[in-house]
Amino acid sequence: MDFQTAVFYFLSAILVFASLRVITARNPVHAALHLILAFFTCGGIWALLQAEFLAIAIILVYVGAVMVLFLFVVMMLDINIDRIREGFWNYLPLGALLGLLMALEMSLVLGSKYFQIPAAEALVPAGVSNTKSIGALMFTDYVYPFELASLILLVGMIAAIVLTYRGPKKSKYTNPNEQVFVKAKDRVRVLQMPVEKD
Amino acid sequence: MDALMNFGTGIFGGAWPAVWTLIKIVLIVAPLMLGVAYLTYFERKVIGYMQVRIGPNRVGPWGLIQPIADGLKLLLKEIIVPTTASKGIFIIAPMLAIAPALAAWAVVPFTDSLVVANIDASLLYIMAITSMGVYGIILSGWASNSKYAFLGAMRSAAQMVSYEISMGFSLICVLMVSNSLNLVDIVNVQDQGRFAGWGLSFLSWNWLPLFPMFIVYLISGTAELNRAPFDVAEGESEIVAGFHVEYSGMAFALFFLAEYANMILVAALTSLLFLGGWLSPVGFLPDGILWLFAKMSAILFLFLWFRATFPRYRYDQLMRLGWKVFLPICLIWLVVVGVWMMSPLNIWK
Repeated sequence: MDFQTAVFYFLSAILVFASLRVITARNPVHAALHLILAFFTCGGIWALLQAEFLAIAIILVYVGAVMVLFLFVVMMLDINIDRIREGFWNYLPLGALLGLLMALEMSLVLGSKYFQIPAAEALVPAGVSNTKSIGALMFTDYVYPFELASLILLVGMIAAIVLTYRGPKKSKYTNPNEQVFVKAKDRVRVLQMPVEKD
Repeated sequence: MDALMNFGTGIFGGAWPAVWTLIKIVLIVAPLMLGVAYLTYFERKVIGYMQVRIGPNRVGPWGLIQPIADGLKLLLKEIIVPTTASKGIFIIAPMLAIAPALAAWAVVPFTDSLVVANIDASLLYIMAITSMGVYGIILSGWASNSKYAFLGAMRSAAQMVSYEISMGFSLICVLMVSNSLNLVDIVNVQDQGRFAGWGLSFLSWNWLPLFPMFIVYLISGTAELNRAPFDVAEGESEIVAGFHVEYSGMAFALFFLAEYANMILVAALTSLLFLGGWLSPVGFLPDGILWLFAKMSAILFLFLWFRATFPRYRYDQLMRLGWKVFLPICLIWLVVVGVWMMSPLNIWK
C-alpha cells in the first residue's frame, strides 16, 4: 500500500465516521460540527485526486460560509431532542424510500463509463492549472448550464427575501448621512450673556 | 544548501523531506510567535504614547521583557472550565481559533523563493483557511454557555461573514489584473509597467490602479480581525469581553495569539497584494525581504493607530458599512476593472 492509498483510507475513515455522527449525534450542534468535519475531509480527498480548485472551493464555500450560517441558526434554535425522536417509525418508510433512491442514483453514476478511467490516465500533466481549466470549460462548453444555475440561485435568493419580508419596520430610523454631516453649529448654541453685576 | 540536504538525507534517510518540512514550519512559527509577543508590547507602547502615557516600562529595560512575563503568567494560570460548559468543544475552540491563523502562513511568500509551499492557488488557499477562523469564536461562545459569550459569538459570526464578501471581491480584482492565483506571481506582476520602467515602481503597485479596493481590503481586514473600531464581538462596555469571557489562562491566551497572528497575516497579505511585497519602491535600491517587513510594520502600526483613534462602531452601522457601502463599491469596481482590462487603455499587459 503506497502513501497515497494510506492517506485515502485515513481520510475516508474520518469521512465515514463524521457522516455517521451527523445523523446519530443527539445534540444538533454536534451534528453540524461533524458535518463541517465531513466537508473538510471531503476537500482533503479531492485534493488527493489533484482537484485542488474544487478542494479549496468546498472548504471556502461550505465550511467557510454555508456552515457558519447553518451553525448560527442551529445554535439559536431551542430544539427539544426527545420530541424529534418521537416519530421515528412513522418517518421510516419515507426515509428508507429516499435512501434507496439515492443509493440507486449513486450506483448509476459510479457505474457509468466516466468513472471507469484508469488512475494513470486521469493524472493531470504538470504545469496545467486546475483553476484555469475549470474556468475555461465553464465559460465555453458549459456556459449555458452555468448561467442557468446562477439564474436559479438568483431566483432562490430573491424568493427567500420575498418570503420572509414582513413590510417596512416600524422603528425609529435615523438617516446615517444626516448623522455624519451633522455640525456642532446645528446642535449647540453658544449664548452671549452680559455678566451679572450686583 | 545542497550540503545541508545531503547531511539531512544521511541522518534521516527517506524521512528527510518530512523532517525538512517540519524544520521549515518551526522556522516560520517561532519568529511569528515572537512577533506576536512583541506586537502586543508595541501596541501597548504606541497606544500609551498616543494617550500621553508611557506604557509598560517596569520589566526589563524599557519594559522589553513585559510580553515574556505576560506569557509566563498566562501559562502558569489555571484553566477554569465552567460547570455548565460543553467541555469538549470548550477545549477545542481556542485550538480552532489558532490553527487557521498558523496554517495560512504555509503559502505566504517572503521573497521569490522563500516560501514553504509555493502552490498554484495560494490566494484561494488563504481565503479558504482564514474563513475557518470564525469557528473558534462561534464555538467558544456557544460552549461557554454564557449570555455574554454567546452574544459576542453571534455578533462576530455575522460580522465576519459580511466582511468576507467585500474582502473576497477586492481579492478578485487583484487576481484579475495579475492573471494568477499564485502570490509570488501576483507580486512579480506588480514589478512591470510604465512607472516601474522609469524606476518608480511604487507607482505601478496594485494600490494605485485598484485604490478603492485597497481601502476596502484594509478596512474589511480590520473588521475580519475583530479589531477596533469593529470590535463589537468583544465590546467590553456592553458584553464584558464577548466570546472569551469564560476563558482563563493559556486557553484565553490562545485567542489573543490567534488575533495577533491574524493581524500580522492581514498586514503581510496587504503588503503582498497591494504594496508590492518584497519589491523595492524605487529602481536604485535592491528588492529584499526587509521591504516586506517594513510594509508589514507600517500596516500593523495603522491597525494600532485605528484602535487608539476611532470610537467603536454601533452594530447596525457596522452592518450598513459592510453591505450597503463596501459591497456596491466592490461590485462597481469589479466591472470597472473588467472593462478597463478589455479596453485599449489596459495597463496590465
